Amino acid sequence: MPFAGSGSSVSTKSDSSSVPPEIMAEIRSQFLLECDEHLAEFESGLLQLQAGSTDWEIVNAIFRAAHSIKGGAATFGLDRLVRFAHDIETILVAARAQHVIPDDKALAMLLRAGDVLADFVREARDGTAPDEARIAACSRELAAASGAAMPDQQDFETLTFQPIPASLDADCAPLLQNWIVHFRPHREFYATANEPLVLLKELQNLGDIKVVLEEGSVPPLAELDPTSARLSWTVTLSTAHTEAEIHRAFEFVEDICELRIAPELEDAPAQAPSLPAPLLAEPAPAKQPTPVNAATSSIRVDLEKVDRLINLVSELAIREAALTERVLNAGLAGAHVSAITAAFDDLRHLTRDLQDYVMGIRAQPVKVVFQRMPRLVREVGSHTGKSVQLACHGEETEVDRALIEGLTDAVTHMIRNAIDHGIEKPERRLACGKPAQAQVKLNAAHRGGRVVIEISDDGAGIDRGKVLALAVSRGLVASTDSLAPEEIDNLIFEPGLSTAEKVTDLSGRGVGMDVVRRSVQSLGGRVTVSSTPGAGTQFTLSLPLTLAVMDGMMATVCGQSLVVPLTALLETIQVQESNVRRLGTSGNLLTVHGKHVPMIDLGQFLGYGTKREMSASCVALLVEDDAGEKIALLVDDVPEQRQIVIKSVEANYRRVPGIAAATILGNGAVALILDINAITASRKTPSGTETGVRLSA
Amino acid sequence: MAITKTILTVDDSRTMRDLLTSTLEQAGYSVVQAGDGAEGLQVLESKRVDAIITDINMPVLGGFGFIEKVRRDPEYRAIPILVLTTENSPAMKEKARKAGATGWLVKPFNTEKLTDALRRVGV
Repeated sequence: MPFAGSGSSVSTKSDSSSVPPEIMAEIRSQFLLECDEHLAEFESGLLQLQAGSTDWEIVNAIFRAAHSIKGGAATFGLDRLVRFAHDIETILVAARAQHVIPDDKALAMLLRAGDVLADFVREARDGTAPDEARIAACSRELAAASGAAMPDQQDFETLTFQPIPASLDADCAPLLQNWIVHFRPHREFYATANEPLVLLKELQNLGDIKVVLEEGSVPPLAELDPTSARLSWTVTLSTAHTEAEIHRAFEFVEDICELRIAPELEDAPAQAPSLPAPLLAEPAPAKQPTPVNAATSSIRVDLEKVDRLINLVSELAIREAALTERVLNAGLAGAHVSAITAAFDDLRHLTRDLQDYVMGIRAQPVKVVFQRMPRLVREVGSHTGKSVQLACHGEETEVDRALIEGLTDAVTHMIRNAIDHGIEKPERRLACGKPAQAQVKLNAAHRGGRVVIEISDDGAGIDRGKVLALAVSRGLVASTDSLAPEEIDNLIFEPGLSTAEKVTDLSGRGVGMDVVRRSVQSLGGRVTVSSTPGAGTQFTLSLPLTLAVMDGMMATVCGQSLVVPLTALLETIQVQESNVRRLGTSGNLLTVHGKHVPMIDLGQFLGYGTKREMSASCVALLVEDDAGEKIALLVDDVPEQRQIVIKSVEANYRRVPGIAAATILGNGAVALILDINAITASRKTPSGTETGVRLSA
Repeated sequence: MAITKTILTVDDSRTMRDLLTSTLEQAGYSVVQAGDGAEGLQVLESKRVDAIITDINMPVLGGFGFIEKVRRDPEYRAIPILVLTTENSPAMKEKARKAGATGWLVKPFNTEKLTDALRRVGV
């Protein structure tokens, strides 16, 4: 399907004149009025915080006010206003990132900064000269605070640009070169409303193009998934523009399409543009790992149908549990009981098998995640001047389709992080006696009912001294704490801990491993790190096989039903006077097999009831979090173990500390599923003492 | 070819909205405005638009939430959306992309940058 055309004929709307000055002036004065509103909002928000409010919406509103002032001011060239607003914004960004309301000192400073902003606005309006002494003092104060908040931030004032005059020889005819541009949009390309035709037109603006569409991989209509992305284009572009300018045409879509731009080979002019293969050797399709006759062994099913099926089966499982419970509680007469119980057992097994099979339909090999990584490794490697080789194993390991997207994000971020921070420059590697080319390994496997993905590199390992120093300076650990090496390594998952000496545009500013951890946790997974100084770092990601069902131990506390995930449960223990030790006024230890384990009174922890005396009727559940830390949860009773269908609390209400999700019981009541990691973590943070987080928080 | 294209601008700042409107109108587009994402959705119900330019930080319904809602609706799914941002970082782009944005426009902008970005999303 060739599509040919020549450059300059495409009209653009960019040559029209800009906004007339009188309209611009009007908008400017309106902006200054609007600034007054923003400043009022800014001030009243700060005053509310000063009065002790802890409403996050106020912090957000203050941020928005500063941000709006900055955005408008930039448009009208009010540079000092921009810079000031930017510093204020930086402090608020840090507060939001660390989820800490600015303290009184910071609030007072922000209030003073607001006064200066008001001065600038007045100056812009009527030329009133601002109080320079006040500005200087405030700006020093702000710079110090924003510098502390974002130590890695570059002062953009120090960057000065020197224009370099370039002369162009007018007689010189434009040097045309032929480029082969091959692009294959991914699904996201279409999902974000991008259009291949628009890109083709962009290329056409650069020069003469010849376009070849490759539609070979489009299946017959009956088998076509309309949301899949299968087309690719090869464009031969004859232009005087540079490769960078060609790349610019793809600015919005770079990461969501496969893109190769290469000069056409001089010695192969006869080659048809429809053959992109020699541009980059692609692995031969011959070594497909599934040699089965695909045509007869699989059919295509609409994903929506599968999801509906899963929902129905989940509901079926809930009803089955409800029915069983009701019938057995109804008090049947002697002889029938065993027959009915047996029938219900069968029903339960069938339901369960059905559920397993249906879940299996949703499974996808992690290959879809892994196959995006070679390109990332190449790009990040070349961007950072490091040579990196990627090895993938276990690509056939299957995970729930719903996990794929989150998994892709997490793996992308961790690989980026490994190359950017973990792997040394080639010179440095050679000096350490390592091969110049670094290795990154991606490994996937099923282990103990979970999917485990490991990302390891042979880089420098985590610089524990630096991490610890940073953690101490951020107040995450006390300087007197003695931490085990692996505890120090895992500090990198704390918010605001980025040890890169300068912010690179690859890993960004501080949106680092804490974000990865949070997103993995939101998938019901966990991530840990281990590192050997000088030899490398290994991240281990473990995810549930499915997001929809899990096995849990039911527990009752103060009349409430709770669920402890079976994957976290080690043992249930009868609590007796003899195996409990008191630790001061607040804590208790439970003796388990000769070892002491901290014990949490769940009723008190969740705010259901006050602390109570230990009695012999109490039961403790010994659980282990992802990092292997054990705690005992004191509950009233553990009636049974059962399979539950997970319903999101976050989607229906909001995130609740200490609670991972909820389920609906046979009798229609809601039971909350405990988030063991959050419970052990809250014990360690200074704010979460033994009394814990309250549900009402 | 004389059909005027309509752009929906979503921004809580009236200044920004007016500036966008004048700039766009100068460039030959017609413009409808909304003060936040929720208003934006209301506008979409009553008016056919060819593209959306939206701010990120807004009260009620912010930019990313708004985009996600637009993308979830089969009716509006194919509308190109530009995110108006002050920050030109890969992280921002990734977030915008994830929400479903087609492209981005970095503030401060001028007529050329604006029309260039619109052209690059096919409007």
